[in-house]
Amino acid sequence: MKPPAPMSREAALRIHRTMVRIRLFETRVEELFKAGKLPGFVHTYLGQEAIAAGVCETLQSDDYITSTHRGHGHAIAKGIELDGIMAELYGKETGTCRGRGGSMHVADFSKGMLGANGIVAGGLGIAAGAALSARLRRTGQVVVAFFGDGGINKGTFHEALNFAAVQRLAVVYVCENNQYAQFTSRTRTTSVDDLSVRAGAYGIPGWTVDGNDAGAIHETTLRAVERARSGMGPTLLNMETYRLGGHYVGDAEVYRKAAEVDRHRLKDPLDRWERTLVGEKWITEEQRAGLWEQARSEVSDAVRFAEESPLPGGETALEAVFTGG
Amino acid sequence: MSARAVRRMSFGQATVDAMRLAMREDERVFVLGEDISWGGNFGQFRGLVDEFGPERVIDMPISEAIIMAVAVGASVTGLRPVASMSFVEFTLGAMDEIVNQASKFRYMFGGQVSVPLVLRASDGILRSSAGQHSSSLEGLFTHLPGLKVVAPSNPADAKGLLRSAISDDDPVVYLENKRITAKRGPTPTGDHSVPLGSALIRRTGSDLTIVTYSAMVREAETACRRLAPRGIEAELIDLRSLVPLDLETVVGSVRKTGRVIIAHEAWEFGGFGAELAASITSHAFNRLRSAPVRVGAAQAPIPFSPPLERAVVPGAEEIVEAAERLMKP
Repeated sequence: MKPPAPMSREAALRIHRTMVRIRLFETRVEELFKAGKLPGFVHTYLGQEAIAAGVCETLQSDDYITSTHRGHGHAIAKGIELDGIMAELYGKETGTCRGRGGSMHVADFSKGMLGANGIVAGGLGIAAGAALSARLRRTGQVVVAFFGDGGINKGTFHEALNFAAVQRLAVVYVCENNQYAQFTSRTRTTSVDDLSVRAGAYGIPGWTVDGNDAGAIHETTLRAVERARSGMGPTLLNMETYRLGGHYVGDAEVYRKAAEVDRHRLKDPLDRWERTLVGEKWITEEQRAGLWEQARSEVSDAVRFAEESPLPGGETALEAVFTGG
Repeated sequence: MSARAVRRMSFGQATVDAMRLAMREDERVFVLGEDISWGGNFGQFRGLVDEFGPERVIDMPISEAIIMAVAVGASVTGLRPVASMSFVEFTLGAMDEIVNQASKFRYMFGGQVSVPLVLRASDGILRSSAGQHSSSLEGLFTHLPGLKVVAPSNPADAKGLLRSAISDDDPVVYLENKRITAKRGPTPTGDHSVPLGSALIRRTGSDLTIVTYSAMVREAETACRRLAPRGIEAELIDLRSLVPLDLETVVGSVRKTGRVIIAHEAWEFGGFGAELAASITSHAFNRLRSAPVRVGAAQAPIPFSPPLERAVVPGAEEIVEAAERLMKP
């Protein structure tokens, strides 16, 4: 297979914009949650922005993704408007799921976002089903299944990869290896250090990528997506990153030292991508500042939209259990 | 409707007929499961691969979670999968996909998507299949909002309900009892649908009502034949569909007879019959002459040895005894 063409400036800037939007959205969500504005609980994507942004940049708008409990970043990267996501987090009628789903179930099927999923590895088989569907409908769509290093130890990971491999389905399995499965370090629960070797058990390629390097993520995913689209089957990508926040906002993080987190802050994927953009002279300081300002105002607009939106009426609580109901 | 051709066919053949009609009519319909291109354990997929090919008749690994997850993923992206698990106990390996994904997707995502899939599974006892291949688990499924559940008792309904289940836009659990899969009965040869949520009064009677479904309908028919010479005329209701439930037909009958036996092969304790008893009581309390009686399996895993199996799972005899107890002055 041909090596992918070098990334265009436009693609690099789109990835940057997505990362900034995710960073500011999640930072704001953290503040809102701590201020008691959001019901339930939230898992933020802080520190992993390069993955959603880099991966989704390789997809077409009608391609599918399945997501996880830590799914806001995926939703933003797949093109769901911030308003709808934020309103969903507020439990408002104008949310992507009319407030029925919340943070862990943000979805927009019209954008190919087949749902954040609160069950670890819950999306892996669904992604295979969507890929099978794309084959039967002859649409050429590709599916990306995001999951974490916790998900790689679920039975559904094995069932899904085996099936996707045997059927040569157009799925890219993206493991966001953020080092912690809930509170427990990956090193205490997982039999192998390099998670990509698990691909070998299914006879498919497994590639490890620096999950804080947006350029490497984009390039590697592009190869996997091209393989998928050309009928060569699934690929497992192990993207090594680090969860800068706790498992959820408010997690006391007793299982790791602050110094460890600080060490990883130095490898912040967004800082790193900005240094690359500046180094390549793809962006000026003025453009960079302007983009942050614009994203900040988009997030503020989303918060305003969410706060001004109506809550669902209790009388609608039984709607949509069944079709037509 | 004009007179239609009817032929005796087995329950299994009737479901193949329904599958074939659905797959010819709608190319979005496909089937996936274990061993299905070989016809399935009970012949319920026989011949489909010859007509529709391996792309639409997919042999799956024995990975129940992926069978169900693939069905969910395909159904929310425009197809209408029929997923098969040979034995209903195998669905337990896919419980996350059934409970957390299939049943909740529509609601949890704010109604933006439907999940038009059918999950076919064989349940009930058959010739000492023992603890892990003999259960009736409909109560697990009826408990879950977002799932529909049907349990036909005869070939004609098997065909008609499967047609409706496949056309339905929501996930439907289609339970086919092993004891009746090979049983033959008159079945319309052309297209035939039975709407979900419509019970059928199979026999009218004035003394008591028997509410049942699936294989237990045959047992109840036998019971009715034994009761009639003893002067007890039972009305027999075949629910056919548990969710949605045709409570109106059930309550109408009980209001007429004043007595009700609820019979199922599943465990009595915490079973679907408990829901029926509670619903009947709250809707027909002032017409009941005695408390509803349930006939169900005793509270033990289904045993292997034939006399033990018989001791745990009730049949016509237990329904007759219950009726006689009910009718005692």
